[in-house]
Amino acid sequence: MILRLDHIYKDYVQGRLVVPALIDVSLHVEEGEYVAIMGPSGSGKSTLMNIVGCLDRATSGTYELAGKNVTGLSDKELAALRLNNLGFVFQNFQLLPRQSALENVCLPLIYAGVRRKERVGRAKEALERVGLGDRISFNPTQLSGGQKQRVAIARAMVNRPKILLADEPTGALDSKSSAQLMDLFSELNSEGVTILMITHAPDIAERAQRIVDIFDGRISERGRNAE
Amino acid sequence: MLENIRLAFQGIWSHKMRSVLTMLGIIIGIAAIIAISSTITGTNEKIKSQLVGSGKNTMEVQLYEGGYPYTIYDSSMIPNGIPVVSDSTLSSIKDLKEVESVTAYCSRYLSESINYGSVTISDLYMYGVDDNYFETCGYVIRTGRDFLQEDYDQFRKVLILDEDAGRTLFNEENPLGQVLEIRGVPFTVVGIAAEAQKYQPEIESVEDYNIYYENSTNGLMFIPKASWPILFNYDEPENVVVKAVSTDDMTRAGKKTADILNKTITDTKSEITYAAADLQGQVKSLQEMQNTTNIQLIWIAGISLLVGGIGVMNIMLVSVTERTSEIGLKKALGARRGTILAQFLTEAAVLTSLGGVLGVFAGIGAAQVIHRILGIAVGISIPATVIAVVMSTAIGLLFGLLPSVKASDMDPIEALRRE
Repeated sequence: MILRLDHIYKDYVQGRLVVPALIDVSLHVEEGEYVAIMGPSGSGKSTLMNIVGCLDRATSGTYELAGKNVTGLSDKELAALRLNNLGFVFQNFQLLPRQSALENVCLPLIYAGVRRKERVGRAKEALERVGLGDRISFNPTQLSGGQKQRVAIARAMVNRPKILLADEPTGALDSKSSAQLMDLFSELNSEGVTILMITHAPDIAERAQRIVDIFDGRISERGRNAE
Repeated sequence: MLENIRLAFQGIWSHKMRSVLTMLGIIIGIAAIIAISSTITGTNEKIKSQLVGSGKNTMEVQLYEGGYPYTIYDSSMIPNGIPVVSDSTLSSIKDLKEVESVTAYCSRYLSESINYGSVTISDLYMYGVDDNYFETCGYVIRTGRDFLQEDYDQFRKVLILDEDAGRTLFNEENPLGQVLEIRGVPFTVVGIAAEAQKYQPEIESVEDYNIYYENSTNGLMFIPKASWPILFNYDEPENVVVKAVSTDDMTRAGKKTADILNKTITDTKSEITYAAADLQGQVKSLQEMQNTTNIQLIWIAGISLLVGGIGVMNIMLVSVTERTSEIGLKKALGARRGTILAQFLTEAAVLTSLGGVLGVFAGIGAAQVIHRILGIAVGISIPATVIAVVMSTAIGLLFGLLPSVKASDMDPIEALRRE
């Protein structure tokens, strides 16, 4: 089991008010699964994503990532965990605007301490994998939305993480780009990458093997899609 | 690290205007320091070369009594127990590693005046010299000839004048072969000597005047040392001039020579002893005087650096806020706290170092302008330049610290949420 969340609670304190964001969330994901998390805004899906992504800590409950108990790890260990196990894709791409596609994809490899020559080789490979081999020296401003998101995916995958976390990856894309992106996700999944994707578009969620609904901080399993 | 530096340059380049404005404080501060230190260096070197060097590196070791040079005016003033400098003493001085050459000479202030035709000249100094004197003291024979071995061996009554005395006495006439009567003894002029490098000190103050013209004279006359007793009847204690290997060796050469000479004094209670003129010491005190005023200026320039540093901090804080989402993203991608800290610190340090380098160039330029307009001597001091650049880097690290810590402490979720 690659992700194992048991009885996760997350409370936000706003002044004297305690606002529960996640209530008794238990989610188990096997390696190679493709899971969509659906819910309206404010339902707690981003909070869940942040906890799964080791960007935030749960108030209580246990969380194991790739067999490792994440609760109680230091910031440094969490950073290492993100670097080696997780790839992030955001709704607004989050590319560095002044750097080329290649340099953007190189970033995680810099943090992993990969040598420049190997870094460039692997980043090129990752960009070719997402079909942008001819755009490596383009700046994000010179790329379309769909291309930007594919650069982001190349960046997320370049350090060969086990899990890809996508937060509304198609939120800023037109339907054609969205469809292409979903094809790419399915391909990655078939290559063995575990995908956890937040969306509120039902047709996007349909592409996943499993759909988990989240509402007011509680989750409910909708069951598996037919293959 | 290299990657950080490259990124920092990229960042600076992409915000040219802002970077230049940020660096301005540093540039001005460093430029001021470089300009001031250049004038310090220039002035110091000028003082040193004027007082000490003039390239000759010669040092007078003469008799002193109670801190004042002891000048012999007549035979009654010849002190007891101070022997003539022997050849063996001279050769042991010559063997000192700081000494290039040495000469011993007798000298007197000549109370009588000298006449040639209708011209009379007084206030002359007489020197009884050996065959090393002219070379050691940096004289060359302009007209006529140097003393020959026969002049010494045969006690010839021959005379060499310096240019001042020669010009006064003979004006346009050929001085060679002319006979002058000194204390009733006829001497034949065989040559005119002049300093190889005419050294004209600039007199800018009363102190300068006292330093250079205390012993002003109308001219010098040289005779072979062997002929000295013909005029003055006695062998006399001698003064010594040493030529040091380098300017820095002058003080040591002088001290050691004085020590050797003082050992030859048989009268242990003598109040008249040999000492080296402490020119280096005089230079130092002059330079120190100059430096204290300039160091105050450097402090003022330092304050402008401080202000520049605060400017850098300010801009860096703005930059951190602006780049919140970049920081959040980098953290999400696995950048550690230290990685972010290093990135921003490098950026600040690169920015201020660049400012420092630009400041050095601006300072050198300013020093040249000062030189042109005010005529103050300037010299570029390499250590000052290096220190200035290192200092500007340090300022970047110091004032970049707060913004960098702020950046590295950022919560990735908060940072990513903001857009």
